[in-house]
Amino acid sequence: MVTGQASLKRNGVQDYVTTRATALIMTAFSLFMGWYFIATPDITYAVWNELFSGLAMKVFTFITLVSIMFHIRIGMWQVLTDYVKAPGLRAFIQFIINLTASVYVVVGLFVLWGV
Amino acid sequence: MKKQRPVNLQLNTISFPPAAITSILHRITGVALFFAMMFVIWAWAMSVSSPEGFALVQEQMAGPLGKFVAIGTISALTYHVLGGVRHMIMDMGYWEELESGDISAKAIIAAWIILTILVGVVLW
Repeated sequence: MVTGQASLKRNGVQDYVTTRATALIMTAFSLFMGWYFIATPDITYAVWNELFSGLAMKVFTFITLVSIMFHIRIGMWQVLTDYVKAPGLRAFIQFIINLTASVYVVVGLFVLWGV
Repeated sequence: MKKQRPVNLQLNTISFPPAAITSILHRITGVALFFAMMFVIWAWAMSVSSPEGFALVQEQMAGPLGKFVAIGTISALTYHVLGGVRHMIMDMGYWEELESGDISAKAIIAAWIILTILVGVVLW
């Protein structure tokens, strides 16, 4: 049976793999940015703007933002199911959180588009 | 059967093992990072879009509130990554015994405190 990452219906294995896969991408991005801030002596607007103008950096940033969205969806769901018992309230909070996570991605897309 | 079983649900009198503390900290920092992303994405979007935005973010980052948010965000991210790395090492079958789990839990908390102080000193 071929289910799991390719399936549209969520399951525990898929959540498990997605959390870790996205975590690796976000960790790589964080380490890269950490290194960038340490290695770049004087960060001006020109230098900062140029960093995000390259295609590779746009792709890296966008994939990281998508990873953040998936990681938020799973992680916040795990926390919410433990602490918020009322189904209606949980669904509402989940909706707001998932919407916010989508906004992070869309804002990122348009910002990267304009750089 | 013993009748004198401890019935104790007063949370402040229960001593949590290090692994439990790392677990709850991973959750707290995770939720904190969700909210912190609003500030991070705002600062990033403003600073890359225009020289005026860059100057505004620089000005905000120089103030106490900006510094507090920046150090807090980096601290939460540092902990969440350290906890995540520990999780993945445990996924691979290491540090799952009481002793090794205890040591790794204490180690990441210590590393987190040291790194936070370091970042705090550099950014403040």
